[in-house]
Order: sequence, then structure tokens, then C-alpha cells
Amino acid sequence: MNIVVCVKQVPDTATERKLRSDDKTLDREAADGVINELDEYAVEEALTIKEAHGGEVTVLTMGPEKASESIRKALAMGADKAVHLSDEALHGSDALSTSYALAQVLKKIGFDIVLLGSESTDARTGMLAAMLSERLGVPQVTLANKVEIDGSSLKAQRLTDYGFDRVEASLPAVVSVVEKINEPRYPSFKGIMAAKKKPVEKLAVADAEIDAAKVGLAGASTEVVDFADAPPREKGQIVKDEGDGGVKVAEFLASKKFI
Amino acid sequence: MIGFTLDEEYEALRRTVETFARDEVAPVIGDYYEREAFPYEIVARMGKMGLFGLPFPEEYGGMGGDYFALCIALEELARVDSSVAITLEAGVSLGAMPIFRFGTEEQKREWLPRLCSGERLAAFGLTEPGGGTDVPGGMRTTARLEDGHWVINGSKAFITNAGTDVTVAVTVAALTGDGEISTILVPSGTPGFTAGKKYSKVGWSASDTRELSFDDVRVPEANLVGERGRGYAQFLRILDEGRIAIAALSVGLAQGCVDECLRYVRERAAFGRAIGEYQAIQFKVADMETRAHTARLAYYAAAAKMLAGEPFKKEAAIAKLVASNAAMDNARDATQIFGGYGFMNEYPVGRFYRDAKILEVGEGTSEVQRMLIARHLGLPAR
Repeated sequence: MNIVVCVKQVPDTATERKLRSDDKTLDREAADGVINELDEYAVEEALTIKEAHGGEVTVLTMGPEKASESIRKALAMGADKAVHLSDEALHGSDALSTSYALAQVLKKIGFDIVLLGSESTDARTGMLAAMLSERLGVPQVTLANKVEIDGSSLKAQRLTDYGFDRVEASLPAVVSVVEKINEPRYPSFKGIMAAKKKPVEKLAVADAEIDAAKVGLAGASTEVVDFADAPPREKGQIVKDEGDGGVKVAEFLASKKFI
Repeated sequence: MIGFTLDEEYEALRRTVETFARDEVAPVIGDYYEREAFPYEIVARMGKMGLFGLPFPEEYGGMGGDYFALCIALEELARVDSSVAITLEAGVSLGAMPIFRFGTEEQKREWLPRLCSGERLAAFGLTEPGGGTDVPGGMRTTARLEDGHWVINGSKAFITNAGTDVTVAVTVAALTGDGEISTILVPSGTPGFTAGKKYSKVGWSASDTRELSFDDVRVPEANLVGERGRGYAQFLRILDEGRIAIAALSVGLAQGCVDECLRYVRERAAFGRAIGEYQAIQFKVADMETRAHTARLAYYAAAAKMLAGEPFKKEAAIAKLVASNAAMDNARDATQIFGGYGFMNEYPVGRFYRDAKILEVGEGTSEVQRMLIARHLGLPAR
């Protein structure tokens, strides 16, 4: 089984995140980079599938040189090899152009199943899985909280607002996962040291037959027009219960249109 | 000039254990501590991460790392909690290490894979109710050879990991002749060998510490660990290494105090301002950070010498002395900064305060460290 996991390096959610004033893209230098948390669940699922069905797990990432830290983490967890798509031309790509670039790489390296987190903690569009499956012409299974491989098809539970759907899809397929699916393992020291020796293939846009005009800031279909800092948190309101506490809480919730 | 930054793989390990301690240990350990319960689930997860196998070769189920990797893990765990850190420290450097360093190939194959996985723990029985570092003079436990078996009698005190549900053996130091000390493996459950009730301790409350008694305990002659009569030299080596580990654990506690205070002084207000804006507090926190940092350098230096195969006894003693001082001083300052909350068990600094004292005692008291340093400077023994 040829399993590919897409991982993204994102700024640590525990640190202050900023956009750059010059081109309104994420300031990746300002914050520590970490592997997108939901992608860790995708890596874990990939490793679980490999342990049960055999095969190989390839980590695929698109991002600047620094994103190699996230690759190493996924390799330390147990993935076999990695492909790192890195090119100045990709800077500023939006979800649509990112899906194009990644799909080009996926066509080149081949896959039976592509796993990824259902969204990233930075852009949070949550659209990549759908876009990838459309571009690759394979089934999409999004928001999976359970995946079972059965020969040339898969069965999954897909999280919904009302519970979950049971879905089946033929392979190859693209699957995005939610955090309920598993518990990602911590890399062991043996894994950390082994990761240093695992192959990481570096690709530029030309290597993956990516049309540079369709990616990057110029190729993006969306544009960040303006941005502002989040307003500071307002001071909380303390309700003193003088027999009418319940009413006051209800009035507050009503004023905020919660009830 | 030597480097003081961590190599990439040590840094990756440090970050992994830091995340584990923050996400898996910190939220639940207070409850174990309060109940004085051994955190089996956490220990099992530490085992799964390979922490108990850190310094051992892969052929025995280890991670192929080294003693410094263990120290890094201990520091990060102790930043959050010392009970789990000492459980790892004792499991590795006292439980598995004597078997790895001095055991026969057969003993290693039998015991190490289980111990490296963290699924099972072993303990080391040296200290006795009547004597600690002053072995061999103070030792009372004896082992005599009889029909191809060692017959052991005596008792041991303050033994970590000695009586958990997953403890499988204890390596016991015993007199096997006049002034002759040897170490012998005693599997848990051997008739006559009993681990007493858990001590009620001032700190390290979620760790397992017990008194052991041996009443005509018979184990095969082949359970001798290392050469007969070499027990004293063996545990001196184990203790020297262990001092670096305890220094790392102490640095973790000292740094944990800084972590907690940095958070608190920004939140807590007094006289209309966050207390972190007052110089009296800032200087205290700066001193705490300075102690943690310098103590860390001391244990890095000792570990570097040890890994390079150079004599490291003095450096280990210095690291242990300076780091345990740092832990104690920082715990005192941290609880002072926290005021009344610092005296509450539910705050980590309260735990740190209770956990710090033993660091000036275990693995050789501060006085013993000073004695060792003085000897190394050529000052007379008496």
C-alpha cells in the first residue's frame, strides 16, 4: 500500500501569530513552526494502516526550508520517506493553487491513499482534501473519525453535525481526518535518530511539472485585501446572585443572541 | 571551544518529552500526588515512548541513545513533576543499568528487554536502615553461598520502585564475605523477600519507595551480578552516573519553578500592578533563572566528560551539589512569590517545594558531594 500523508508546517498556536505587512501573507519567521496538529493524526493513521496492511508511508509537504522540521517529526514518528516541495515561486499560494501544486506532485509519486488533517490551524479553510480529490479524480472522504481498509476499498465513519455517516470508497482515495480518529504516538529517540537517515526528496516547481504562473501570490484566486489585529478581549461581566442570578444570566445570554 | 547547544536529535527528544510532560503529565499528576498513588498509566506511556530504554542498545530493546539523552528526558519531566522523573531515573540508572553494565549476557537478555520497554521495573537495594553512603563499613545484609544458592538475610531502606505492581526484581548489595560486597539479583516473589508498606514521604508522593526485608531468601548462584567482591566498585560507578541524572532532575525542578513564576507574576496583581512589574519580583525570578541555567551547564559538562570516557566523578559531584541547591533555592523563592497559593498542594510550586528537599539528600547528600570534591582537590581523607 502506497500511503501518502500531507503535512503542513504552521506557526505554533501557543505563540502570537502575525501577517506580514508587505504582502499580507503569514509571517513564518515570527513564530515557532510546528507540524499542523491535525496532520499528526493523519500520520498516526497512515502508520496504523501500514502496520496492518504493509506498504510504505511517504510524507509530502509544501513549504519553505523550515518546513523540513515538520517532515523530520513525521519521519521520527515512523514514516518511511518524504517529499518536500519547496520553491520561492510557491510563496503566497492560496488553497486552490496549493491543491494544484500538491496534486501535481501526487500524480508524479503515485498513491493508493492520501491522508491529511481536516484543516490547518493557520488558514483553516478545510478545503484541501476536497480540492485534491477533484484534481486527482478520486473519491474524497472528509472528516473521517474511523478508517478501515478492505482490499481495494475503504470504509470510513464521517463526522457530521448529527453523528456520523458510514461511507465506502474505492481506492485510490483522499481522506481527511479529525482528532477523534486516534491518538498520535510520540516519537521515540530511536525514531528521532532513524529519521535523520531517511530519504527526503526535494522538489522545485519545475520538477513536478507545476506551472509557476498558476501558483504563488500571482497565481492565487483569492487575495487578502486588508487585515487588522483581533480586538482585545473585553473584561468579563460578573453577575452577583441576589436571588435573580438566573434571570440576569439569561438576560446576558439573550443580549448576545445565544438564547 | 566546545559547543553548548543541543544536537538536533537531543533537541528533538527534549521537545518531545516537554510536550508529553505538558500535555499528559501536568493535567493529572496533582491528583496522583494527593492520593500518593503510583501513576501506572503515565509510566506505561513513558515506556511506549521508549524513555526507559534511552541509554541502552537496540539489541536489548533500548533506543540506542546515551546517558545524556536520559538526562534531557529527566530534566523535561521534572519541570512538570519529580515523581515521574524519579521513577524513570531509578528505573533506568538503578534498575536496568547495573544489569546492563555488569550482568552476564544471559542476564541482559532475560531482564533488559522488559525493563527497557517500561512494562516492568527493577530496583537497586543499597541503602540500609543503619547506613547509606558509608558502605562498606555500615552494611549488615549478608549473602552466603549454600548448595549453589545465595542465601540472603537483612534489610534495605528507601528503595525506589521496589514494590509496584510491575516491579520484577531488585539488585541487592550484600556482604558475601569479610568486607566483601557483591550484588545479587532477587526476583520479586522469591520466598522470604518482602517489600514493606509504602513510606509516607514529604515529597515525591506519586513514586514508590519501600523498605525491603530478606529472610533466608534463596536465589541461584548465577544471579550474581558482575564479579563476586566487586559490588562496592560497581555501585560507586552507578552512583557517580546517577548524580548527573539527579542533577538533571534538579535542574528540571528549578526550571519548572521559573516557568510557573513567569506565568503567575504576569497574572497576579498587588497594589494595582502585576507583581511582575516590581523589581523585587523581577530580581528574584532573574536569580532563579540564573541558578537553573548555571546548574544545567554543570550537568552538561559532567555528562560530556562521562560520554567522552574521561573521569567525571568530581564534575558529577559538583553538578549534583549545585543543581540540588538551585532546586531548593528556586522552590523556596517560587513558593514565596506565590504567597498563600504557594502553600497549597494544588499548585505545582507547592509540590516543587516538597519535592526539592530530597535532592539535597538522595544519591549522596550535599555533604558527601563536598567531601568528594575536597578529596579530588587533594585534601586529606581524615
